[in-house]
Amino acid sequence: MWNSPAEFFAMGGYALYVWSSFGVCAAVLLWEPMSIRFRKKAIIRRLQQERLAEQFDQESSQ
Amino acid sequence: MTDTNNFSNNRLMNWFKLSSPSTFYPFAGKLIPLFWVLTAIFGVAGLWVSFFVAPVDAVQGQGYRIIFVHVPVSWMSMFIYVVMAAWAGLGLIFNTRLSAMMAQALAPIGAWMAFLSLWTGAFWGKPMWGAWWVWDARLTSELILLFLYLGFIALQASIDNPRRADKAGAILALVGVVNVPIIYFSVKWWNTLHQGASVSLTKAPAMAQTMLLGMLLMTLCFWMYTIAVGLMRVRTIILEREAHTDWVRQLEEVKS
Repeated sequence: MWNSPAEFFAMGGYALYVWSSFGVCAAVLLWEPMSIRFRKKAIIRRLQQERLAEQFDQESSQ
Repeated sequence: MTDTNNFSNNRLMNWFKLSSPSTFYPFAGKLIPLFWVLTAIFGVAGLWVSFFVAPVDAVQGQGYRIIFVHVPVSWMSMFIYVVMAAWAGLGLIFNTRLSAMMAQALAPIGAWMAFLSLWTGAFWGKPMWGAWWVWDARLTSELILLFLYLGFIALQASIDNPRRADKAGAILALVGVVNVPIIYFSVKWWNTLHQGASVSLTKAPAMAQTMLLGMLLMTLCFWMYTIAVGLMRVRTIILEREAHTDWVRQLEEVKS
């Protein structure tokens, strides 16, 4: 169907439209799991800090 | 009691147990890699069919290949809304925390799918119709779907008490369901610029079998992606909302 890579990327003159559609979809699909990973790291860090603070509290009150 | 009876009783027990965040959290964690693998398999197969197997369109040339993302994301944007509203409704009826968290986890994915549907639609409409946007029934109702998702997210974020936020969000989500059939049937009910349904259950498909196969594979890819990302986000939401509980404090990732 495609005779050369250049022909594939040209998409029969529709390169801008086809690649903008597929490109933005790919970007969103990569960005979303990454943003969740950051959000999860933030909550785990908060939980660890609370745990440390409690430990410290108990040790200093003894 | 017979063995089979015992077995079904156990299964019922397990399903009830899974509705508690503390048992669902590790269970979801085990499922996530499986759904990422499925996303990759369907994605590679779908892209291969979309670009290397499906023949060029007689009218639209190579530009029609946008269909392979446009139709799956549009389907998913409507499907996710119905699933989200169902979870929110279950939360409202049975007052279960996890159902409301599931609805909350699905909303951003649905909003992204609605955005992608409008975005890819604009980039398809420009070369074929000569306009990025028209105030057509199909396009306008899809835009309203995006606003419903954003409204749901904003409403939940604006209420401090999480249980009240769940209830208010659930009512908004359930009322908004009326928009989904409007989007779906808009091309039948009104004279629109948007073409009719590409795939119909009642008529023979009006397109090459390979095009249909490409669209179905891409839909499965987005579906698996939705489950994987939904489970990832619901796990994060569980940690945030159950932060005060003992089981969260005893988790390995918190202890280390």
